[in-house]
Amino acid sequence: MSLELGARVAERDVDASFEINTGQTVALLGENGAGKSTLLAVAAGLLRPERGRVVLDGQPLLDTDNGVDLPPHRRGVALLSQDPLLFPHLTVLDNVAFGPRSRGVPRRDAQQQAEHWLSQVGALDLAGRKPGGLSGGQAQRVAIARALAADPRLLLLDEPMASLDVEVTPALRQTLRGVLADRTAVIVTHDVLDALLLADRVVVLENGRIVEDGDTRVVLTRPRSRFAARLAGVNLLAGTWTGDHVELDDGGVLFGMAAEPLPQPGDRVVATFKPHAVAVYRDLPQGSPRNSFGVRIDELEPLGDLIRLRTEQLSADVTLQAVADLDLTPGTWAAFSVKATEIDVYRLA
Amino acid sequence: MGRTRTVGLPGWLYVPALVGAVFVLLPLVAIITKVDWANFGTLITSESSKDALLLSLRTSAATTVLCVLLGVPMALVLARTTFPGQNVLRSLVLLPLVLPPVVGGLALLYTFGRKGLLGHALEVMDIRIAFSTMAVVLAQTFVALPFLVVSLEGALRTAGQRYEVVAAGLGAGPTTVFRRVTLPLVLPGLLAGMVLSFARALGEFGATITFAGSLQGVTRTLPLEIYLQREVDPDAAVALALLLVVVAVVVIALARPDRREP
Repeated sequence: MSLELGARVAERDVDASFEINTGQTVALLGENGAGKSTLLAVAAGLLRPERGRVVLDGQPLLDTDNGVDLPPHRRGVALLSQDPLLFPHLTVLDNVAFGPRSRGVPRRDAQQQAEHWLSQVGALDLAGRKPGGLSGGQAQRVAIARALAADPRLLLLDEPMASLDVEVTPALRQTLRGVLADRTAVIVTHDVLDALLLADRVVVLENGRIVEDGDTRVVLTRPRSRFAARLAGVNLLAGTWTGDHVELDDGGVLFGMAAEPLPQPGDRVVATFKPHAVAVYRDLPQGSPRNSFGVRIDELEPLGDLIRLRTEQLSADVTLQAVADLDLTPGTWAAFSVKATEIDVYRLA
Repeated sequence: MGRTRTVGLPGWLYVPALVGAVFVLLPLVAIITKVDWANFGTLITSESSKDALLLSLRTSAATTVLCVLLGVPMALVLARTTFPGQNVLRSLVLLPLVLPPVVGGLALLYTFGRKGLLGHALEVMDIRIAFSTMAVVLAQTFVALPFLVVSLEGALRTAGQRYEVVAAGLGAGPTTVFRRVTLPLVLPGLLAGMVLSFARALGEFGATITFAGSLQGVTRTLPLEIYLQREVDPDAAVALALLLVVVAVVVIALARPDRREP
């Protein structure tokens, strides 16, 4: 009992496939245009790939090799997007009862089910209202209840909290955490908290290909892709292990601590280090300190009582005092230096 | 209370706008000044006037129903599907909008008339359409159908398919989606299209007189009656003309789309 999802869409340069166990929630991560929404559209039956296979609980929903392509309404797959899209002409209760009614459940029973799901998401008091008067957070709660009431075998969530105010996201995330607990679901998100709190597993897409797939906590503490690293707030550089240090892909060498399972010489590796492990100087330090880079500061971003300096590839967290002393502004050149003991080196699977 | 201010409308623009408005309204005023009020009641309640008015209302209502039955599916196919030659087909369907109605009437005659394309087949089935009330309805439908199709297709495109996609994801089949989502969402557009069709049918003259003739109580609608009376009894023509204006205004006022809605 599981989901198997695979698709190749040449037009969007997407070629990816993964599986989910029943009851598991997977967070699909990646840059805009990486192909996340394309995969969801294939699963929901809104996009037909050149080649693709979607099998849910053993039932093929799409199998281009064998000419199977079920229409969206026969798939049992509900898609929740960042826009709640509540039917404007129906009350909240009738919106939620829409799924059951479409299955042929009598009106009164459908409304009872709708009331049940509305109370599950804490929106029962909105039952009699029209969607027009709801806030973004309320509307999204109702949309969640509506999707659940349709009793989907698979729930797809495409950045469900992206268009909401920051104040309402924690409560809604808590609600989603409750409803996703035992459901087969795929959630597309840009938020590390969503991945951490809602998903059991993380799949990272880059340019339409899966570059990382694993347990959420492992991926976020030991990222192997640039996107996961940025999401987790750590620096990541890729290269080749020589047995002693890392030959970086874009030139230069890096000394760090090899982590289990130990890489062999010639293995592809990634080196990660935290932004607050970076020491910042105005000029490259004299002598031959290991792991120093000349960088151009692109951006300064307040981060609690620290300032995060962003360059094209790396981030460093420094105090406000340091920024003033070094006179750092966007466009200035500086030197980043990291101790080898602060750098973890992982073998790429 | 503040008032929003229109920015960027040049002052001279009001002059042609006013001229245009006067151009439309003045003839209506002119007709009202010509009405013989003393005999107005008698003029519009004569046997032939009542026949014409009732026939017009009946045939226009039938036309509107026919337009809905044929036009709604047409608009959906045009707005929601793609097929080769679709743009050509759309242009051809809209042809009656620009075609002189007399030409439409002739075309209908050569289709449904005794010597027409379908004439023999209809004769075999003992159906005679030309110069019957049915012919009036067909002539009116021919010219009114594009109005419904155009306004509904526009509404369908504006509404988009996002809600329909959501409904399908909730397990609703195409017919349920159409009945519970598509139709309610485009209802204002559909009503506007129905009003336009009804109004167009009410004013139809050329195609009707060519295809259906002018037989009192059977095919002589209000516009035909007015044209006829203009020669014999100008006072009656003016009174009936005013009646037609009033009916048209009432229809438009009843179904005026609410501008406040998004």
